[in-house]
Amino acid sequence: MTTASHSFGKSLFELLSSMRFAISLLSILAIASIIGTVLKQSEPYANYLIQLGPFWFQVFEKLGLYDVYHALWFLVILTFLVASVSVCIWRNAPNFAREMKSFREHVSDQSLNAFKHKHEAPTEQTPEALAASAQRYLEGQGYKVKNVPREGGVLLAAKAGSWNRLGYFLAHAAIVIICIGGLMDGNLIFKAQQVLGYKKIETRDIPQSQVPAISRLTPSNPSFRGSVQIPEGSSADVAFLNVADGYLVQELPFVVALKEFRIEHYSTGQPKSFESDVELFDHAGNKIREATIEVNHPLIHDGVAIYQASFADGGTRLTLRGWNLFAPTASEFPLEGTVHQNSTLTSTAGDYTLEFNDFRPFNIENMGGEIETPRDSMSVLGGSPVSDNRHLRNVGPSFQYKLRDARGQAREFSNYMLPLELEGRWFLMSGVRETPTDDFRYLRMPLDADGSIDSYMRLRGVLLNKEQHPEIAARFARQALPQEAWGTEIEDKLKFSAAQVLAMFAEGGFQSLGRFIEERVPESDGERAAGTYLRILELAAFEALQIANREAGLPPRAPDDATGWLVRDTLNSVSDLFVYGAPIYLQLMQFDEVKASGLQLTRSPGQNIVYLGSLLLTLGVFFMLYVRERRIWLRIKPGHALLAMSSAKHTIDFEKEFVQHSQALDTLVK
Amino acid sequence: MELALNQPAPLFKRLSWFDWLFAAIVVAGGIAAFARYGDFMDGYEKSILLATIPSLVMGGWFWKPFRPLFLVVGALSLFALSLYDGNLARMEETFFLKYLISSQAAIMWMCALFAFATVAYWAGLLARSDFMLKTGTALTWAAVTFGWTGLMVRWYESHQIGPDIGHIPVSNLYEVFVLFCLVTAMMYLYYEARSQARQMGAFVLLVISAAVAFILWYTFDRGAHEIQPLVPALQSWWMKIHVPANFVGYGGFSIAAMLGGAYLLASRGILASRLPKLEVLDDVMYKSIAIGFAFFTIATILGAMWAAEAWGGYWSWDPKETWALIVWLNYAAWLHIRLVKGLRGPLLAWWAVVGLFITTFAFIGVNMFLSGLHSYGEL
Ligand code: HEM
Repeated sequence: MTTASHSFGKSLFELLSSMRFAISLLSILAIASIIGTVLKQSEPYANYLIQLGPFWFQVFEKLGLYDVYHALWFLVILTFLVASVSVCIWRNAPNFAREMKSFREHVSDQSLNAFKHKHEAPTEQTPEALAASAQRYLEGQGYKVKNVPREGGVLLAAKAGSWNRLGYFLAHAAIVIICIGGLMDGNLIFKAQQVLGYKKIETRDIPQSQVPAISRLTPSNPSFRGSVQIPEGSSADVAFLNVADGYLVQELPFVVALKEFRIEHYSTGQPKSFESDVELFDHAGNKIREATIEVNHPLIHDGVAIYQASFADGGTRLTLRGWNLFAPTASEFPLEGTVHQNSTLTSTAGDYTLEFNDFRPFNIENMGGEIETPRDSMSVLGGSPVSDNRHLRNVGPSFQYKLRDARGQAREFSNYMLPLELEGRWFLMSGVRETPTDDFRYLRMPLDADGSIDSYMRLRGVLLNKEQHPEIAARFARQALPQEAWGTEIEDKLKFSAAQVLAMFAEGGFQSLGRFIEERVPESDGERAAGTYLRILELAAFEALQIANREAGLPPRAPDDATGWLVRDTLNSVSDLFVYGAPIYLQLMQFDEVKASGLQLTRSPGQNIVYLGSLLLTLGVFFMLYVRERRIWLRIKPGHALLAMSSAKHTIDFEKEFVQHSQALDTLVK
Repeated sequence: MELALNQPAPLFKRLSWFDWLFAAIVVAGGIAAFARYGDFMDGYEKSILLATIPSLVMGGWFWKPFRPLFLVVGALSLFALSLYDGNLARMEETFFLKYLISSQAAIMWMCALFAFATVAYWAGLLARSDFMLKTGTALTWAAVTFGWTGLMVRWYESHQIGPDIGHIPVSNLYEVFVLFCLVTAMMYLYYEARSQARQMGAFVLLVISAAVAFILWYTFDRGAHEIQPLVPALQSWWMKIHVPANFVGYGGFSIAAMLGGAYLLASRGILASRLPKLEVLDDVMYKSIAIGFAFFTIATILGAMWAAEAWGGYWSWDPKETWALIVWLNYAAWLHIRLVKGLRGPLLAWWAVVGLFITTFAFIGVNMFLSGLHSYGEL
């Protein structure tokens, strides 16, 4: 029994210290690491579920693939590596240490004769004299030399590059040290507590203060890495640690308050710096210190490092104007909103929830078309490295919201506050998309001469109002016909056509018109008919605009170019509304911005250990790779000298050096 | 007697007047840079500058051809600066700037010269022409000179665009590819001189040419040569040491892979009579991996220390970090097999070739296919 366990221990030892095992471990570790780079780590579990489907989702979860580097099996590989390196050091240490010290002066003449690298030379000098000059030579070459008298002469035993062995100790011990440091900064303690049932991951979306103690970590927790978002003017005394599909609340030894978060920009619009002005307080409310945290410039307090990690909106207050787009009226309603909060809209079509998700104080857009390179010699060289950022423009603030209907279906909108100039005219833009993976499609609403969308909204109201269609049609017919034709059958026909076109347009925009033409008009006449209908629609819309102005108590519009474009753009936009699919449009009138800074807080007691290990590793690698260990023996008898040389590693340099020493001996013996 | 014994004389006795002149110029240049730009540097950057001075001096003393290279690049760069005289518009007006030593012109010359050098090396290899091989070496030196000048001038140009935009040109994929070409070429030139085997150039220049092709595509198709300001994450003195250290690593691994390829061909009898002996190829392959591994170790450690300051943790298992570890483990295994098991031959050559694919993936593949915290150089 004892022998069996003894031999088991021994073979385990053999296995762990074998080079084959070490190389296998290195390869396995490398391959295991790849997995975590291919599958995005620590995503919300819902994303994996969508990506993988329910079956593979479970398989992957069991394998711990969503957080590979903290999975048990990964830690086991690392443990094996540490064990293997340790055993390897343990095994080699005594030999290597002895070797470093020893001159191996006990080699027999016989074995020296058997060396592969040996060189013999006859000599007239006395052994003592040759030994003395050879010793000087070898020491000049960086060797440590030991002179041993031997029967009938002398043996010089010399060695150089013993630090190569030291390098081995340093580098391999460094691996162990780094892994230990890394483990200290890992979440092993939590894992153990979790297995024993002392701690549990919180998966519910509840206010922080309601998270129970079992999911909270005390300030004395030796290592953590968490994050927290603090709006300007607020403070936080906890950080959140993302674990698996939930989180833990890490209580902090102090309170962090955010005074201000700033973003600075280059002249080109790219961000130049993110800075948070923070204050630290103790739990009694006494101020400890004040600092500005920047990317690459963390604040370290009480062993906790605080980093600038991200930023977000902290609950900007929005003042809005809204229109009911499907109602045939221009009437508007005021609305207030706060980012990250919801409001309810009641309408005849049912209730909607408005979820404000973001506000951006600026948007840098590339407004350029093709990049044109100047046609001269510089373009042969790829053009000037001085970038021409003409195309980048700040198009001003925007805000995002989701509109969710009673059935839970939502569309997302992104509305710009400032108008945009496109093709020489100004528009307000509103983007819409069905899912977060889509791009926004934009609705353009034309501005009138006063720079407002009021004209657009009024015209839209009249165009969509069926009750006003007869009046529009009548005005249109009168305008289109010479006075003689008024009251004739022609006028009736024209009125009828106009009313029909208006009705179809109010039903579904240009698409309805197009469908009508496709169905009723022979293909050969299609284009001509479309042209006619379009003309009727535009002229009718112009009359509608006059009606809208009259109703708003405004003077009629002159039939000039600007009005023409306003009418055309409005028709396009109203037609797009049917695709836009929203019951309302919200225009941002004013905002009171509140930013939030995303801070990361870490405590890593193992960091300095890891750094120490890194230093040793660097030294060790250099010693191992650049200090070449060599030994030389010079056995001198009266009239005869034998040089033998050895090294653990045979390289071309070694051969060259052997030749050099052999030649030196030939010179010395003379 | 002393000479025949080839005793190394004490370092200071071995130095020539040129060595001292070189050192004096480097020190003077360093002091001038300090006086002129010191106010704009933080403490760390000052220390880096201070450490650079002796490193350059030692570099020149250790590898003699570095001295003329340094002096010529310095002179050309200063000449370009004096032509600019603070006005970037002169790039289009002055002959020298427009066609030779504005950053973009110089870098394009570098590209062209590397391409010519590749052709020359291959002609020399196939025709067994010593003259062509020497031409290859000369062209490579010329390319290196232009490339460094281009980078130095680019550094200056970036500061002229705007005082807050200027930064050392190792911040995006375009710039680091130029750096890669230069570092690889210089490491190769060093080993070429040491092993007296110019035929290796035919293979090593292939990987540089591939990088050149990438630079050209990147310039003409993507306009990547434009100088962009630094995103906040890259505004750190760590960048100045982390990135160059990495490229010594990549350079070493690339050279090893190309020599591995040459080794495999020669061991099958292809070009065998034209290429250097297998032992030489094997030896240089080992040395490149050794230097690459040592610097890659340092680079990874520096990266971890930078991460600790920028991202809040020295190791986040970010894809780039993880791939750096994979590359590192790969070459650690390679070194063990060779040095501990004493293995030589085709297996290690194959492994070095495969290693380049792993390294390339870590270098650009990660930026293209995987997303992470490393924000520079998305394709
Ligand atoms: C991440 C893990 C490891 C790394 C990075 C590493 C690194 C290195 C390096 C760079 C060398 C230099 C080769 C030389 O010039 O001699 C080396 C040598 C060596 N390694 Fe490792 N090693 C690791 C793990 C191991 C393990 C697990 C063992 C034990 C089985 C081991 C045993 C050795 C031995 C015996 C040498 C030769 C030392 C000598 O003769 O100078 N190594 N190692």
